[in-house]
Amino acid sequence: MIRVQEHDFDLNEEYEALMQDDSCSGAVVLFVGRVRDLNQGHQVNQLYLEHYPEMTNKYLAQLEEQALELWPLEKVTIIHRVGPLSLKDQIVMVGVSSVHREAAFEAAQYLMDLLKANAPFWKREVIEGGLNRWVSANHKDQIAAAQWM
Amino acid sequence: MNKVLFFAQLRERLDCAEITVNATGLTVFELREKLAQSNERWHKWLLDKDVLVAVNQSLATANSKIGDGDEIAMFPPVTGG
Repeated sequence: MIRVQEHDFDLNEEYEALMQDDSCSGAVVLFVGRVRDLNQGHQVNQLYLEHYPEMTNKYLAQLEEQALELWPLEKVTIIHRVGPLSLKDQIVMVGVSSVHREAAFEAAQYLMDLLKANAPFWKREVIEGGLNRWVSANHKDQIAAAQWM
Repeated sequence: MNKVLFFAQLRERLDCAEITVNATGLTVFELREKLAQSNERWHKWLLDKDVLVAVNQSLATANSKIGDGDEIAMFPPVTGG
């Protein structure tokens, strides 16, 4: 299940949805990414997340499909927020359920590594003094994604 | 004809979110050259090696061919998650 949305998400509800009608999954991994106070040496106050809607939906759906092919998973949830966000807000959630934990951990990491490297989202931060700054891409994210190729 | 979309820093630097051009039959590289030459101010930003290009919402390479009606998007490296 893929969702790109402005509003926040509730972890309990997402967990319930992931577990619905599922008595075989012994392992669930939920990853949440959130807005942190310091990024690339600047105090961050607010964030604006822009995206390319047609491509984000297409890419995230492809990622979900790939994860389901690569690991024995029951369900996959990917939620990414866009628009204005504040300090400590949730940005992204990846949830996977599987019979065993190895598949769940690996698939969650795979989904986050590829999302960070390829999904067309861009962050603009409001830093000290009200200045706007586009976040620059981090080379380590490309390396993390390349490890799965 | 083809719609070309620009996102994030690239959109701000070019001061343009979308244009329509005839790019049918060109490669992605040729389209970047064509757009860069059409506007002096665009030259530097469009030929930046970090710019990524998608054709019909999938990442493309310099040699990817553009067909009639294909949607092109150009943008800086992504920073989501």
